[in-house]
Amino acid sequence: MSAAEPLLRVEDLRVEFPSEDGVVHAVDGITYQVFPGRTLGIVGESGSGKTVSSLTALGLTRRQGALISGRILFDGQDLLTLSEEKMRAIRGNDIAMIFQDPLSSLHPLYKVGRQLTEAVRAHRDVSKAAARARAVELLGLVGIPDSVRRVDQYPHEFSGGMRQRVMIAMALANEPKLLFADEPTTALDVTVQAQILALMERLQRELGMAIVIITHDLGVVAEMADDIAVMYAGRIVETASAVRLFAAPEHPYTWGLLKSIPRLDAPRDEDLVPIPGTPPSLINPPSGCHFHPRCPYSQPDHERIDPALEPVPEEPQHHVACLLESGVRRSLWAQLREGNTPEQALAAVGPAEPAA
Amino acid sequence: MLRYIIRRLLIGVLILVIVCALTFVFFRVLPTGNPALLRAGRDPQPKLIKEIEGVLGLNKPLIVQFWDYMKQFFLHLNLGYSYYSQESVKALITERLPATLSLTVGAAVLWVLGGLSVGIISALRRHTIVDRLSMGSALLLLSVPEFWLGFVFLLLFANDIGKLKILPGAGSYVGLTYDPWKWFTSLIMPWIVLASGGAAVYARLMRSSLSETMREDYIRTARAKGLRERLVVRQGVRSAVNPIVTLLGLEIGVLLGGAILVETVFNIPGIGVENFKAIQSSDFPVVQGTVLLASAFIIVANIVVDIAYAYLDPRVRYS
Repeated sequence: MSAAEPLLRVEDLRVEFPSEDGVVHAVDGITYQVFPGRTLGIVGESGSGKTVSSLTALGLTRRQGALISGRILFDGQDLLTLSEEKMRAIRGNDIAMIFQDPLSSLHPLYKVGRQLTEAVRAHRDVSKAAARARAVELLGLVGIPDSVRRVDQYPHEFSGGMRQRVMIAMALANEPKLLFADEPTTALDVTVQAQILALMERLQRELGMAIVIITHDLGVVAEMADDIAVMYAGRIVETASAVRLFAAPEHPYTWGLLKSIPRLDAPRDEDLVPIPGTPPSLINPPSGCHFHPRCPYSQPDHERIDPALEPVPEEPQHHVACLLESGVRRSLWAQLREGNTPEQALAAVGPAEPAA
Repeated sequence: MLRYIIRRLLIGVLILVIVCALTFVFFRVLPTGNPALLRAGRDPQPKLIKEIEGVLGLNKPLIVQFWDYMKQFFLHLNLGYSYYSQESVKALITERLPATLSLTVGAAVLWVLGGLSVGIISALRRHTIVDRLSMGSALLLLSVPEFWLGFVFLLLFANDIGKLKILPGAGSYVGLTYDPWKWFTSLIMPWIVLASGGAAVYARLMRSSLSETMREDYIRTARAKGLRERLVVRQGVRSAVNPIVTLLGLEIGVLLGGAILVETVFNIPGIGVENFKAIQSSDFPVVQGTVLLASAFIIVANIVVDIAYAYLDPRVRYS
């Protein structure tokens, strides 16, 4: 990790939404940081709170009546304490965001050029002609050919990949320092996904911005991220550098994610191992370790004790929130990596006694 | 686009012919009274009735009468002559049209602007006292008949019988070219009364439509761009009006129906009153002429709305 000051520091962020059925604990005390020019991947299933945490950083959950606590430090100021007007001046200017579905995220009745120029003019006092020139330039920057003509077209005249390029162009209009990319490739074809990721990497190099990429797709973070945070039920359960996380994951949930993606280099007869069960309710999250109902290795006391995110022994940058003892975890992962099922791994390692 | 418009106009003409035919049949089948009998005076001789029927052409077979009417209409734009005053129906309509146009166009403007702005305010302030009050009054205005509301307004504000004598009452209508100010003031109450029901519908529609579009992803994008809330709302409104504009074409019919009642209550010498009187006295050519005019109005309004819709939604334009 870089020794520089973090650009964004999220500290013990909690976001709750009161609902008719009870309070939804969408984000339940997460801490992470993003360094200039680097990429953080936030990985998790739908409903794990990854989108809500980034929308909160942009101040977009306030009007939904969210109860927010913690701190979000950006450039030395706590975004949670800023007035709506000051927050507006930061949104789309210093911090930008792109979304999952580029078709529904673009206004269907406005020309692409207009949607780009309004992003420029929201923060810069420039003439319409200058903003339009900037819009054409931005479309060129994100690799849309014939941008002078395309700027006068409507979103429905663009293909899915081209629409996402437009979204990226819009987000880059004011050269933000930080870009949140919420599932930027999920709605796209596989070949187009690779193009969009390559584009984001090129733009990051050219513009030097930091990126937080939010996804359920480990392939995407493997491609893009320098660091990875794995979220489960509103909490971060593991965080490490991308290299470290793929080489030596520590959390059973991360193992589950890794084992449930097909790999071309694994033998065909090796079965995929899906994570059993469904993501938990965020209104009544499970007691103790939130993952215990779905964890093949959970012990009786795991439903009482709430694990904290702590450094892994000898790996101060690798944090995990798991009640299994570190040695047991490593033996289990060694078994799983060999292609064994969780049951086989558990049998081989023996009844894991939790660290007291 | 031009081909589309021409096709729509041709269909429109066909619809006019059908409306005409239906009016012809209804008038004969329904027990509205024999116009010849009504004209023959008290205790008439059957011979006289036959004679009058001959003069009016009522003794010919229905299909021949219809054919004659169509021929006159399409070849000479002649709508026939009133059974009573012998006046040309076309002249009658031309004379009465300005009053009805003044009433309906003004009411339509008030209806759309009023309905949309109340709807927007309600959608943005959902579940507040403002929202509840406007939606409550909308429901009230929707439920009351125009003629009742008209009388209430007259009793409250008319300068002859009202509690607050601030506005000209019934029968005060004058032409726009005669005295613009008097024209305007005399129409204030009729406009409000005629527009109220439609405005209430539009307010409720706009409220739900805008509440929906404000939850769209592109609104989130607009906010993420750092647009001022005023501009964000404008984007929502831009999408929310589209489905409502489509309805406007259909609502023109409701407006014309309401105009009959409002013209009657406020004694405005328009086509609605004329139509009402003609129905009462079985003055068939006048009924036919006014119904034709109203249908033409609705057909043209719908074509205009559809064309406008193509301009409002680029996705429709290109498909």
